[in-house]
Amino acid sequence: MSAREEILNRLRKTHVAEQQAMPDVAGWFGAHRRSEDRVQRCARLRAALEAVHTEIHDVTHDNWSSVLLQVAVGKGLRQILIGAGTPHGAQLQACQTKALQLIPYEQPIDTWQDLLFDGVDASLTLARGAVAETGSLILWPTPSEPRLMSLVPSIHFVLLDEDTIHEDFYAAMTAESWSEGMPTNALLICGPSKTADIQQTLAYGAHGPKELVVLLRHADGRQA
Amino acid sequence: MNKVVHLHPMDDFKARSKAVLDNAGQRKNFRGAMDFLQAKRRAQFPDQDEMQGLRELGASIRRYSLAHLPRLLEQLEANLTANGVQVHWAQNGPEANAIALKIAQRVDAKRIIKGKSMVSEEVGFNHFMEAAGIEAFESDMGEYIVQLAGEAPSHIIMPAIHKTKQEIAQLFAEEIPGVAYTEDVDALIQIGRRVLRRKFAEADIGLSGVNFTVAETGTLCLVENEGNGRMCTTVPKVHIAITGIEKVVEKLEHVPPLLSLLTRSATGQAVTTYVNMISGPRRPDEKDGPQEVHLILLDNGRTQAYADDELRATLQCIRCGACMNHCPVYARIGGHAYGTTYPGPIGSIISPHMLGLDTTFPLAFASTLCGACSEVCPVKIPITDILVRLRNEAQARPETEEATLRGSGAARTLAASTAWGMWAQVYSKSGLYKLASWFMSRGRALSPSEQGAWTRSRTPLVPASKRLRDLMKDHKS
Repeated sequence: MSAREEILNRLRKTHVAEQQAMPDVAGWFGAHRRSEDRVQRCARLRAALEAVHTEIHDVTHDNWSSVLLQVAVGKGLRQILIGAGTPHGAQLQACQTKALQLIPYEQPIDTWQDLLFDGVDASLTLARGAVAETGSLILWPTPSEPRLMSLVPSIHFVLLDEDTIHEDFYAAMTAESWSEGMPTNALLICGPSKTADIQQTLAYGAHGPKELVVLLRHADGRQA
Repeated sequence: MNKVVHLHPMDDFKARSKAVLDNAGQRKNFRGAMDFLQAKRRAQFPDQDEMQGLRELGASIRRYSLAHLPRLLEQLEANLTANGVQVHWAQNGPEANAIALKIAQRVDAKRIIKGKSMVSEEVGFNHFMEAAGIEAFESDMGEYIVQLAGEAPSHIIMPAIHKTKQEIAQLFAEEIPGVAYTEDVDALIQIGRRVLRRKFAEADIGLSGVNFTVAETGTLCLVENEGNGRMCTTVPKVHIAITGIEKVVEKLEHVPPLLSLLTRSATGQAVTTYVNMISGPRRPDEKDGPQEVHLILLDNGRTQAYADDELRATLQCIRCGACMNHCPVYARIGGHAYGTTYPGPIGSIISPHMLGLDTTFPLAFASTLCGACSEVCPVKIPITDILVRLRNEAQARPETEEATLRGSGAARTLAASTAWGMWAQVYSKSGLYKLASWFMSRGRALSPSEQGAWTRSRTPLVPASKRLRDLMKDHKS
């Protein structure tokens, strides 16, 4: 008999009487919902992200690319990795300055991994949404914005639309019906990488980005 | 480097505990770390009602998952397979290692980079791979430090909790070429980052653990702060995840409550920097991610716990480490003294299923039964009840009682069982009790002044000169 059969047979031998019924997760989150409006959710997200060393800039559809370039130049960055064929990538390319090289992620990583690890300062990706409760950005890497963009470069810029901020993780996954189809990789990101493994002393920039910069994009005419 | 340390005689456990108790520096490290983690957790649960409600929900999700475990494992396997993930089953450590080795040999792997995985410690993965000529390199900062020092983790969440920054500074200066002594924590982390970035890029295989597997979507959830877990599961061409069979939940919606309980209980964080949900290898149109993803589902004694209605609760564990952070015994002796992969209260109740009660029963006795572990457990495992049960199992008469545990009856001695047998007789027969207590009160002068461990720090026990019944008689007359 295979290991699989042996293990399953051992488990099947036991009849478990307790807790046969499905737990009421919806009931719990329903009872603990804050029913916040857009402004409150933005504020809570901001507080949670800033508590973990995340830089946040309020931007609009018109000015986000110039704000990003300004911040990038201010940090002395030389390159920014952008998604290939994304509207926001194109928008950034349209207003780029000479000081900054925009590198589209066009080829499979196997052909240029060393360059990504050693020769790219920063990256820009679009967030699918965010979770106000914990300050988590939701990223679903796509063929045009692959997984490593949010991991390898030292500085990670994230463009987040305020209308995509959910109250909690449960609200996000149910509103977007995640269970009907997950991408190969889905991420929640809260701040730059960090560790407290040396004598409980918090240090940022462990293995992933050292800095996380969020461009919080407000709908036209709305103020932060 | 990292051998699985199997606990053997009780004397070893006592000797190791004593060695730590005699080491003022280590005691200070542990105590400081435990106070820190307790305060961080407390700050995450300001609302007692919310905490109790969420614990109840978390416990019910885990109990539900266990109640339907065989079905969920089959569903998980089917959905992972549909997503392109290869699922393997291992009954024990050697089988799990053999599966991983076969994959490594097929892809001609020389280097494996590892994310944090206690299950890989449980099966002695690194040692096994090194014996097969394959480098297995730890990438979690704490695990990297511990591996560099040739040690094993002393805590499941914070592996290097027993080391001071001075010790780590010394270690880095001695072991990493070109590194000067520095106690600056940021500088030390940057040194580790530099070394490990090359390792991620060069590795042929990434190995990781798993925090939750989701049956309905075929998803592996990994929780971390450092980004090394994402590196291990994204950069190398092959990703192997290894986990216990108990980690499965049915619905994706079961993850948010457990995730919240896990990170708040473990490190006092509302959420970790990264929650990494993997549902398949790189697709043809994708530009990165591993080309192969494997999941090894490990039993290693878990089905033994599953078969018993009381011990099954052990498998509810989500490995947050809160029980050890709040344990007065763990806080004083640290993780290494236990000699098992999983230390602290959870280690004392899970290790007997992995290693046998005959070699691990002393751990069940290394508890004050104060109940702190059960009180903080985010999924409400009745840890103290299980500790008492294991003590009883260790004293059980193997031939008459149903052998639910490998190695039960190992603590049973003729002297102890005779003494308790007599005690039971005396306390269940009133005539005998009357007679025995009469002799005790008259013969009190014969009480020994040396009474073993009791008199090491206490005055000897001496029976009262008058029995309660005599006092009552005097009172009435």
